[in-house]
Amino acid sequence: MSVILVFLLVIAGFSGWWLSHQRLLAKPWLEQGLAGDFIGLDRSALPTAKIGLGVFLAVVGCLFSLFTSAYFMRMGLSDWRPLPLPRLLWLNTGVLVLSSVALQCAVVAARRGQMDMVRLGLATAGLTALAFLAGQLMAWRQLTEGGYLLASNPANSFFYLITGMHGLHILGGLVGLGRTSAGAWNGARPERLRLGVELCAMYWHFLLFVWLGVFAVLAGWAATFIDICQRLLT
Amino acid sequence: MAIALVLVLVVVGSVVFHFLSPWWWTPIASNWDYIDNTIIISFWITGVVFAAVVLFMAYCVFRFRHREGNRAAYEPENQRLERWLTVVTAVGVTALLVPGLFVWSRFVTVPSDATELEVVAQQWQWSFRLPGKDGKLGTSDTRIVSAENPLGIVPSDPNGQDDIVVEAADLHLPVGKPVKVLLRSIDVLHDFYIPEFRAKMDMIPGSVTYFWFTPTRTGTFQVLCAELCGQGHPLMHGVAVVDTEQDYLAWVGQQQTFAQLSAPQKTGSAARSTESTTASGLDVAAKLETPEAR
Amino acid sequence: MVDITPADAVPPAEVAEVELYHPHSWWTKYVFSQDAKVIAIQYSATATAIGLVALVLSWLMRLQLGFPGTFDFITPEAYYQFITVHGMIMVIYLLTALFLGGFGNYLIPLMVGARDMVFPYVNMLSYWVYLLAVLVLVSSFFAPGGPTGAGWTLYPPQAIMTGTPGGQDWGIILMLSSLILFIIGFTMGGLNYVVTVLQGRTRGMTLMRLPLTVWGIFTATVMALLAFPALFVACVMMLLDRVLGTSFFMPAIVEMGQQLQHNGGSPILFQHLFWFFGHPEVYIVALPAFGIVSDLISTHARKNIFGYRMMVWAIIAIGALSFVVWAHHMYVSGMHPYFGFFFATTTLIIAIPTAIKVYNWVLTLWRGDIHLTIPMLFALAFIVTFVNGGLTGLFLGNVVVDVPLSDTMFVVAHFHMVMGVAPILVIFGAIYHWYPKVTGRMLDETLGRFHFWVTFLGAYLIFFPMHYLGLMGIPRRYAELTDMTIMTESAHHLNSFISIMAFIVGFAQMVFLFNLIWSIRHGRQAGGNPWRATTLEWQTPETPPAHGNFGKELPIVYRWAYDYSVPGAKQDFIPQNVPGSFGLGPSREPA
Repeated sequence: MSVILVFLLVIAGFSGWWLSHQRLLAKPWLEQGLAGDFIGLDRSALPTAKIGLGVFLAVVGCLFSLFTSAYFMRMGLSDWRPLPLPRLLWLNTGVLVLSSVALQCAVVAARRGQMDMVRLGLATAGLTALAFLAGQLMAWRQLTEGGYLLASNPANSFFYLITGMHGLHILGGLVGLGRTSAGAWNGARPERLRLGVELCAMYWHFLLFVWLGVFAVLAGWAATFIDICQRLLT
Repeated sequence: MAIALVLVLVVVGSVVFHFLSPWWWTPIASNWDYIDNTIIISFWITGVVFAAVVLFMAYCVFRFRHREGNRAAYEPENQRLERWLTVVTAVGVTALLVPGLFVWSRFVTVPSDATELEVVAQQWQWSFRLPGKDGKLGTSDTRIVSAENPLGIVPSDPNGQDDIVVEAADLHLPVGKPVKVLLRSIDVLHDFYIPEFRAKMDMIPGSVTYFWFTPTRTGTFQVLCAELCGQGHPLMHGVAVVDTEQDYLAWVGQQQTFAQLSAPQKTGSAARSTESTTASGLDVAAKLETPEAR
Repeated sequence: MVDITPADAVPPAEVAEVELYHPHSWWTKYVFSQDAKVIAIQYSATATAIGLVALVLSWLMRLQLGFPGTFDFITPEAYYQFITVHGMIMVIYLLTALFLGGFGNYLIPLMVGARDMVFPYVNMLSYWVYLLAVLVLVSSFFAPGGPTGAGWTLYPPQAIMTGTPGGQDWGIILMLSSLILFIIGFTMGGLNYVVTVLQGRTRGMTLMRLPLTVWGIFTATVMALLAFPALFVACVMMLLDRVLGTSFFMPAIVEMGQQLQHNGGSPILFQHLFWFFGHPEVYIVALPAFGIVSDLISTHARKNIFGYRMMVWAIIAIGALSFVVWAHHMYVSGMHPYFGFFFATTTLIIAIPTAIKVYNWVLTLWRGDIHLTIPMLFALAFIVTFVNGGLTGLFLGNVVVDVPLSDTMFVVAHFHMVMGVAPILVIFGAIYHWYPKVTGRMLDETLGRFHFWVTFLGAYLIFFPMHYLGLMGIPRRYAELTDMTIMTESAHHLNSFISIMAFIVGFAQMVFLFNLIWSIRHGRQAGGNPWRATTLEWQTPETPPAHGNFGKELPIVYRWAYDYSVPGAKQDFIPQNVPGSFGLGPSREPA
């Protein structure tokens, strides 16, 4: 359970930092009047949708931390035989990076008001994300053909489970991306479009980050890294 | 108004019930009276807190109930009082925790002279294995469990050959000797529980758990399963008999070893024994069938 | 006095007013409504309906336990199905849904001064996914093999094996699917509750001016968002074990003489994941109750809540600590014994902030002006049952004491007292308190008092003696208590008594339901603020509040939520949106 505890520690640190700016030590019964003099205590200046997405991403992060925790706990048991990762995953990683980069370009373009670039970025991001999903399916097929079936070893089970779960999140993101793109082509209000593109980019970057983490775990680097850390500590 | 009276009655009634009701723990039969003492400490501390809080509340309700023209006091906080209460609570909690952890450290430290005893659970019966003359239990593996080898003892392990196998029958223990109980399950979670011994532990398929105790008086005790294990859970009873040394040795002499049991042509009784296991294993299942058939 | 700034300074939670005020048809107004208040009522009604199912199931179980052998149709199989579905409904589909989906939806926007939740559409979806989850759960009663009988903890391996009802039929699959749906639906709602508190607060509503109800629900929601993924992960993995034959939780197993395909899995892994959700879940139910009861006590004792700051800090501390105590449910699970030291310590530490909350409730009564209204009675009863259940928690949290008591009736009595009876008493108190706001009418007083006395005393008489059955060593989850040497004749009588009390208490709930329905039309007219309370939900221009809550202009908050009996003020309460200082401390009004 150490991975999830570390994750929660990060969340707790962030919440603690935020709470420390909320004057929790104040004596509210002594402070009547309009809170105009407590600037910054009302809402955050960020758009509400972004905060909502941020909270959602914390939940998603929690989910994948838990999968990783379960992975490490199950890995310690005797019947674990790691499976060879298909080379294709490297290509898929590259495609997903490309997808994130494209969305980042779309964000920059949206801020500058260059509609053509926004559309190009969105289209590229969508297509590359689809390519990533196709690539993941190909990787699954390669593994099944190689005899690494879902139920034959827990390492395989976790591989399909975690990559599948990540793929589902990408798929969900594509729905959001689709809606934003529809706005981009049908002439949504610029500020609304900008927010949409920024939200998509935020989600995409996060899922890329999750993927890199998942990849490191599945490839066994994470285990090696933890091993080294433990040795340094003891 | 009635509520103030009822609150007092709740406290008085609870205390009276605690001291006068006939429902109390079974007379202890193991060395774990430490645990009983810790429970007594817990009862005293928590009982005092419960009575204090509820009686204080009753007083407040009586004294400060609404009457025409009353007005509540204005007191947002009293940091000194709150700090004091925190400290007192912390002291109380420590008084509970320290003896608890002290006894726990005893509970998890098995004395070196404890003899091993293996309990194997399956839906819905208990089997036992004693280490035999060499004092060592042979290795076991759930994957080789079969009608001939119901406990899955590895035949190639010489330590296992002289192990005494008690299948679906009563367990006997010598009084006054510490026992380390190794717990194993071949299907689902179970929990080996004898109320008089206080100690208990879950049995996890795929791993071996343990606890230890010393039986302190002779007698016959009922073994219960304390972890939900399917429909037969409430019927999964067993019997543990604590004997004097002499009786115990006599009983051990009558038991069969794994080697004897796995050579059916020589003993003949082995076949019967396996049969009876399968039968008693299905016993509970049959008992379950009956109400369904109705 | 300050002149009130025009409300357009406060964007109405980024939802255009037009969208809010003009539902286009009957369907969008009452069924697919995006109004948090309508969603709250939908959530509450669904939770109550499914809760009634759980109540009936508990009756059936008590029939069997109290009068063994009398009712042939309650087979062990059926008993385990009842016990499982009862537990699951009560913990998740009733308590979690009612506190967060029901009270959260109704109260958060009103109490923080928002027009609605920040993402109304997602909020609506949340309810419909929840309803779907409930329907999937109910459907398992009609599936071949019936619902699962694995116990609400769903421990593998037995949860997915033939020896357990529904294990190799549809029961467990439907149960897991329903939970997964519930979690998805809850996450949608939970995002709303959290972000509305963060972003939807009206001008002047700083965190330290929030009523404790909002603090409780907010913290509980944050915890739920972080804890439910653990259940999600456990459910998905168990579903794969059951349907596709993986071995996440399934070791090598011989079932009734047959070797199963599984190999090497870890049942303990499931327990860790389950309780990583399961323990925070206790506080997900308790914290909203803590918050609500604070407001009930303060309002009906006409006194500010004692030690508001401590109360807030305690809620945060409990929320944070509850993530590092999960393994106290696993002291006798066979995990490494040294974990016992750590988890016993963290568990007993959590008692300190909890105790502070109790002290502050009773100290609020001290020198108050206590109106013994029905909400107040329920609040007092809550303190009694919560203190009782909390103190027995100190037994079970103290690792070595847990050894003889775990898996006995003591545990059943403890958790029913602390997270069954106590929160439900708060729910009742809260319903008597806010019903006038929701419907504009009061609940009937006589029926209410009858309901209170039977429920409080009855529930106490059910669960207090039950502890002693556990002390005798009688295990929980036994479909029949026959053939047991420890089960004395008198213990059987006690069991019958407990069963009879359970029927009586259950009957009182029918009276309550009747009261709820009857008073909608026939209750006394309540007016906008019958309890003379300070918080914003009582200051709405209309009762029940219209869509958009506050009419044209959002209220502006000038003070904290607990200005009761302020010296120098004419009335014994000053609503949060009333400006002006009454001689206490420096005024912070802009000149």
